[in-house]
Amino acid sequence: MTGKAATQELEALDVGGTGAGTEWPWAPGGPDGSAVPQRVYVTGIFLALASILMFFTALTSAYLVRQGISTDWVPIELPAILWANTAVLLGSSATIERARRLLAEGRLEGFRRWWGFTTLLGLLFLVGQVLVWNELRAAGVYVATNPSSSFFYVLTAAHGVHLLGGVVALLYLGRWDESREHRAGRTTAAAATTVYWHFLGVIWVGVFLLLNLRG
Amino acid sequence: MAEAHAVAHEAPKGFIRKYIFSLDHKVIGIQYILLALAAVFVGMFLSLLMRLHLVWPNAKLPFFDVMTPEQYLALMTMHGTIMVFFVLTTAPQSGFGNYFLPIQIGAADMAFPTLNMLSFWFTFVSFAVMMAAFFVVGGAPISGWTAYPPLSAVGEIAGPGLGWGQSLWVISIAIFCGASLMGALNFITTTLDLRTKGMSLMRMPLTCWAWFVTAILALLGFAVLLAAGILLLLDRHAGTSFFVPGGLVITEKLIPHKGGSPLLWQHLFWFFGHPEVYIAILPGMGITSHILSTFARKPIFGYRAMVYAIFAIALLGLSVWGHHMFTSGMSPYSAFAFSLLTMSIGVPSAIKTFNWIGTLWGGQIRFTTPMLFAIGFVSLFVSGGLSGIFLAQPAVDLPLHDTYFVVGHFHLIMGVAAIFGMFGATYYWFSKMFGRQMSEFLGKLHFWPTFIGVYCIFMPMHFIGLAGHERRYPDTTAVQYLAALQPVHLFMTIAAIVTIAAQFIFVFNFFWSLWRGKKAEVNPWEATTLEWTVPSPPPHDNFAGRYPAVYRGPYEYGVPGAAKDFTPQHVPDGAGGAGSH
Repeated sequence: MTGKAATQELEALDVGGTGAGTEWPWAPGGPDGSAVPQRVYVTGIFLALASILMFFTALTSAYLVRQGISTDWVPIELPAILWANTAVLLGSSATIERARRLLAEGRLEGFRRWWGFTTLLGLLFLVGQVLVWNELRAAGVYVATNPSSSFFYVLTAAHGVHLLGGVVALLYLGRWDESREHRAGRTTAAAATTVYWHFLGVIWVGVFLLLNLRG
Repeated sequence: MAEAHAVAHEAPKGFIRKYIFSLDHKVIGIQYILLALAAVFVGMFLSLLMRLHLVWPNAKLPFFDVMTPEQYLALMTMHGTIMVFFVLTTAPQSGFGNYFLPIQIGAADMAFPTLNMLSFWFTFVSFAVMMAAFFVVGGAPISGWTAYPPLSAVGEIAGPGLGWGQSLWVISIAIFCGASLMGALNFITTTLDLRTKGMSLMRMPLTCWAWFVTAILALLGFAVLLAAGILLLLDRHAGTSFFVPGGLVITEKLIPHKGGSPLLWQHLFWFFGHPEVYIAILPGMGITSHILSTFARKPIFGYRAMVYAIFAIALLGLSVWGHHMFTSGMSPYSAFAFSLLTMSIGVPSAIKTFNWIGTLWGGQIRFTTPMLFAIGFVSLFVSGGLSGIFLAQPAVDLPLHDTYFVVGHFHLIMGVAAIFGMFGATYYWFSKMFGRQMSEFLGKLHFWPTFIGVYCIFMPMHFIGLAGHERRYPDTTAVQYLAALQPVHLFMTIAAIVTIAAQFIFVFNFFWSLWRGKKAEVNPWEATTLEWTVPSPPPHDNFAGRYPAVYRGPYEYGVPGAAKDFTPQHVPDGAGGAGSH
């Protein structure tokens, strides 16, 4: 049925009262131009975080249980690059926060610069993680070598995949066009990406603590 | 603003955008329902083959010749998997929820239409991958829908279907997890953020509450199953030892894994698996409440209590996974805690049952087909739920574990009750979805043999379970102490054949009504919620740009002093409404 025919049919209905025909209650104008309020993107990202948190909680509890029952657990020696990677990721949280604030103030030039820094730091972190894997591989530590190495690869890879998603979002928003109607959408999308990025920093700190304290 | 509206209202052009890769929640809902309909027939056919084999173990069956024990186990595994994931999880939540959640809360669509489309197509791919397991070397896996390691983790050395078949199974489930997570995120966001003016949370229909809470369970549960699935896949293909213990010898070969814990899988699996039971049944509860109130012409008894009970069931449901593992050697103290929590689910469940009966009490009941299925749901929920209290006690569960008692229990409550919810929903909403009404006569003709038939299939299972009949035995004719139970098997198989035959009445009614059914009015049931204010079927953006405001709760039937025996939600006070109350 076409929209027009449907409207006519609605008008023909005896729906009664003033309820029908009231204004659309939301502020329209999402990043994709759809008529949904900006807050859905914030709600959505927080729900995604809840789910990702459950995912990492499941892996962590498996880690603790598997370690607790095992007689074969041999801790791996964590490569020193991990400390540098941790510093890079925490630093990127600071730069993305600065970028978000600059955007909120309407300072596009500064936003672009700090957003770009964040993207570079994110990529640097991923490169660093690959270096870590290479170092372990060179030392003969593979995914099946020991449960400790299995969990090391699973946790770092799972975090890396999520972070890669974040980098894609950073690249996408960094190339956002300047047109006026999309400005509100970009602010929201940048805020959602920032929340996600901070969260991945927190997850990384958790993973890193687990690997260091219960290795 | 006008521009944004134009974008929102524009209907897609072309067959592909309109019906295949559609962003419209209504089309996606129907896609999910059709997928589930296809899946349910596959699952039902597998169960028929199993029932035939149990009674005539030497008979030649289609596709099988004479069935081997391993083939029986493959059928069992695939029956459970298909039914749980692609029917019980797919139709009530993703199917009907997708179609009606936005309309019932007064929204134009889901919050993230593209994500919605992706979640359907992920589900579709997941189903295709699962079906592919039938056609690879070794066939479908034989480790059950719970895929317990080490059986599921060590590969084909442990049996046919445990090579490629099991790998496809795990991959399919992982894809399904992704699809469900996207869907859950969408449902929750839509419910929280896209309610129309006046649609406060406590004015939402109970269907919306059920879909909302189900989505929360899915968001938390499927993330854990995904993690477990990844670990299982690594055990199978990367040589890790998360779940496979050391020193395992299979057909005189030492398995190289060491130190893993099969119990770890069970914990992770059931942390998802028990909430999954509620993912299957909560939407049915919502639909039942909705239908009972509509056709009893009475407000739902204890609306707030119903909402709190849904939350209580969900919350408790997240903390009782250990009751699936009483026989795993867990500490009696843990078993006691899991037992106590499990039995306490009886409290909110009893609240719901009491309120359903309270809703019926003194009502002007209209025995339509959806009403019959809703009442059937209550009956099955009570019958299936009571045996759950038996099984919740470790001392009773120890002898009954892995017997037909458990099979009877979960089929009644999780399988058949949930399916009655879907049937109720189909008969109730068909006219809104397709613009034509299903035949009431054929509906009732479908209901009675189905209702009596499912009891005839699943009640005797409780008794043979009490008599010590284990589940998953492909052939019991040669087992002396089970020989006396063989006539019961025959009875259940005949009941299954009759019940399955009755489902073709439904299929005929469904497709016949699509083209030949009576043209539906906007509000044929004289119901109050927002879906009954829009044309059948609703236009692309549901409300054609004129969004409703909501002035009252969802179940104002038979309110004293009102002009009619129902007052729709969008009618303000003093405009044919109930006035003060």
